[in-house]
Amino acid sequence: MGYPDYMYESIKLVEATRPRRAEMAKEGLQKFLKPLSAEEREKVLRDNHPDYQPEARKPIRVGPNKGEHLTSEVVDILERPSRLPRDFKLEPVDYETDVLVIGGGGAGCQAALWAAKNGAKVILCTKLRLGDANSMMSQGGMQASVNPGDSPLIHYLDAIGGGHFDNKPELLKIMTSEAPYIVKFLEELGVIWDKLPDGHYQTQSGGGASRRRMLSCRDYTGAEIMRVLRDEVRNHPEEITILEFLPALELIKDEEGKAAGAVLFDMETGQYHVVKAKVVVLATGGFGRIHIRGFPTTNHYGATMDGLVMAYRAGARLLHMDSVQFHPTGAIYPPQIHGFLITEKIRAMGGQPVNAKGELFVYPMEPRDVEASEYIQECKKGLGVRTPDGQYGIWLDSPLIEILHGSGTIERAFPAMFRQYKRFGIDIRVLPMLVYPTLHYQNGGVEIEENCHTSVPNLLAAGEVSGGVHGRNRLMGNSVLDYNVFGRRAGIEAAKLARETEIKGRLNVDHVWEYEEELKGEGIETKGYSPLLLPEYRNLESLKRHRTEFDPFAPAGL
Amino acid sequence: MTQDLIPIYIYSRKYYVPEGSTIITALEYLGFKLKKGVGCKEGFCGACASLYRLKGDYKLKGGLGCQTVVQPEMQIVQIPFVPAPKAVYKIEELQPDPEIFVRYYPELYRCLSCNTCTKICPQELQVMDFVQAAVRGDFEQVANLSFDCIMCGLCSARCPAEITQFNVAMLARRIYGKYLMKKSTFLEQRLKEIESGKYEEGYRELMSLSQEELKNRYFQREIDFQIT
Ligand SMILES: Cc1cc2nc3c(=O)[nH]c(=O)nc-3n(C[C@H](O)[C@H](O)[C@H](O)COP(=O)(O)OP(=O)(O)OC[C@H]3O[C@@H](n4cnc5c(N)ncnc54)[C@H](O)[C@@H]3O)c2cc1C
Ligand code: SF4
Ligand code: SF4
Ligand code: FES
Repeated sequence: MGYPDYMYESIKLVEATRPRRAEMAKEGLQKFLKPLSAEEREKVLRDNHPDYQPEARKPIRVGPNKGEHLTSEVVDILERPSRLPRDFKLEPVDYETDVLVIGGGGAGCQAALWAAKNGAKVILCTKLRLGDANSMMSQGGMQASVNPGDSPLIHYLDAIGGGHFDNKPELLKIMTSEAPYIVKFLEELGVIWDKLPDGHYQTQSGGGASRRRMLSCRDYTGAEIMRVLRDEVRNHPEEITILEFLPALELIKDEEGKAAGAVLFDMETGQYHVVKAKVVVLATGGFGRIHIRGFPTTNHYGATMDGLVMAYRAGARLLHMDSVQFHPTGAIYPPQIHGFLITEKIRAMGGQPVNAKGELFVYPMEPRDVEASEYIQECKKGLGVRTPDGQYGIWLDSPLIEILHGSGTIERAFPAMFRQYKRFGIDIRVLPMLVYPTLHYQNGGVEIEENCHTSVPNLLAAGEVSGGVHGRNRLMGNSVLDYNVFGRRAGIEAAKLARETEIKGRLNVDHVWEYEEELKGEGIETKGYSPLLLPEYRNLESLKRHRTEFDPFAPAGL
Repeated sequence: MTQDLIPIYIYSRKYYVPEGSTIITALEYLGFKLKKGVGCKEGFCGACASLYRLKGDYKLKGGLGCQTVVQPEMQIVQIPFVPAPKAVYKIEELQPDPEIFVRYYPELYRCLSCNTCTKICPQELQVMDFVQAAVRGDFEQVANLSFDCIMCGLCSARCPAEITQFNVAMLARRIYGKYLMKKSTFLEQRLKEIESGKYEEGYRELMSLSQEELKNRYFQREIDFQIT
């Protein structure tokens, strides 16, 4: 393992320019390289960013956002019929509860905890194990204005500029002003933040932030927070019932049109389960596994946009679902880690992006969309490094970090990254990493207001599934913050709402059939169903002798 | 590109998969639809614990399915999760006192120092050492040594003393984070500022700006990476 021999030709060139680039870094890169001007940015985005390509978006023909241009792959999945059979009966009811939380990531755990704290009985159902979620994977950190030279207002300004001024101001105000409280809340649960000897937080800068505001827990930030939240949820067995390996398939409503539960689906046995609930909190996360424009992804296996589909059918409006976040630095070699995230912190600490000739060709701290576009452009120009399976990447020169900050820094600050590459025979203390942009984050989602209400009564949403707080581009460290702030608010609001709610009349899934009628009315016939529940990676060859009638996941058209 | 196929055994049956596959991608290549035993696919969640034996080796080995490259004649099974007792406690009522291990995980003291846990840990953690640190009541050391634990469960599946190392470490880290780490004094001050409404006027002003004014404010904002 390790890099194939032919790549060492290019690695030699990288090594040859390294001492000079180290000097440049010490003097300050700004002296040698300028960030792009507004016009240059616009051009590199237009020519290279996947969102700006002609087929990237198309109008959706049905539902609350009818006529709006959304990301094409999103439209394709939304315009599919449900997995429920037409003669489906919502009887018997298997579970009854005050609050049903769908999704066992960070937002779901916060919501369950706070609903329980506020007196509600909670069921939390999730697709895989509790904590198998994007929340477990964040490396870089969480933003909060915990330093004297910073303030919630500056945090607000950074985030709204980063979001191209499309963020919903009232949501952003809540997120930025509650951030320091979240730091304290998590610490009181036992989260171990990286700290200075005097007890204050270690903070880093991040793309688009004008202050040091990124709190971290080594490069296992998400794992540390997620496992503490999970442990705390499990400390409340009386109030919170956890249902693992049981994804939701469709929402249920009462006769007044309020959300009143969900149909769950056991992927192993094929059985349905009906949950009746006074309030539903959607916390199903994002969509990386739908592989927009064929990009690999950093997301976990279950990130298939299910919650968005269920909510849309139930009549919830979506916001900003025309923009996708590609992270500039995904691994492109070795193939076993294709698409995996290389944290932005590598660049923050001096790891430079260089081309096949060993040239530093871009200012390393452009906003994510611009930085990603520059890498794509460099590869198009033929200055990328070819992988054995014919793709191209650029070098991220990690050994510089050891030169700039002293040897041992990589193992100390990036244990996860170091381990990841070591497993495949590459020592990133001495060898650079080969990277290319990867699909990372769902910027938009189900539109929410301050207390996480969607446009469907008694349906709340929080975390990556929701839309509004980040506008059209999220800054690093703001989504861990987002799921904590709004997951908590959703839990509090859900408990309150449950006390005031009475489920009226017959439980039904009529909205699912009405949506299908609308599809028919538009003459839309598609293969396959949604929500997807799981992505498809089986080798099609192996499915040739497949009995599709036994497989709810059989790919369309097999 | 043509890939060489190598033989492996999954749940005892022989199959051929491309060289360089991980356990997870090998399963997918063969047509298994993974519904358990997979999570992040990137080595962060511990959902994909697997056991295997290599040809001619008497040792039973463990690894992460998403990170372990298959080898010829490897025998593989997946362990979607390891059932493990987890203490239920109110963190706010605990004390940073070694007694809590006696109360919640008494089996800890049965550790035989056999080092089996350390040998199998896919994160290459010094598992036995953090178990011993817990026995001594050294919360800080447990926290440091166990920090990169992804709770895959392999250690406890193999432990002859039936210890759930990862849950012991979870408890120790939470105690350490909550009670033993030095607190930031400035955080309290910032929280008071927010609570007292110090920033309300600023928010009102920012939120009343026109798009144009807001843009100017943003592009002219000062960039300062000093901490104080
Ligand atoms: C590799 C990586 C690194 C990141 N790094 C950072 C960072 O440094 N800083 C930062 O701020 N953000 C980061 N992010 C983004 C951030 O981690 C996520 O946006 C955030 O954790 C989302 O939280 P969530 O609770 O909304 O969703 P998730 O944590 O993804 O949880 C969603 C849950 O819902 C479940 N689910 C899905 N569908 C269904 C269904 N049909 N029924 C039931 N359950 C379902 C899923 O299985 C999952 O458990 C990163 C993301 C990734 C992938
Ligand atoms: S300590 Fe145990 S649970 Fe944690 S990573 Fe190692 S083997 Fe897995
Ligand atoms: S495997 Fe169990 S008994 Fe052996 S050293 Fe580890 S904790 Fe102790
Ligand atoms: S799938 Fe998460 S560690 Fe392997």
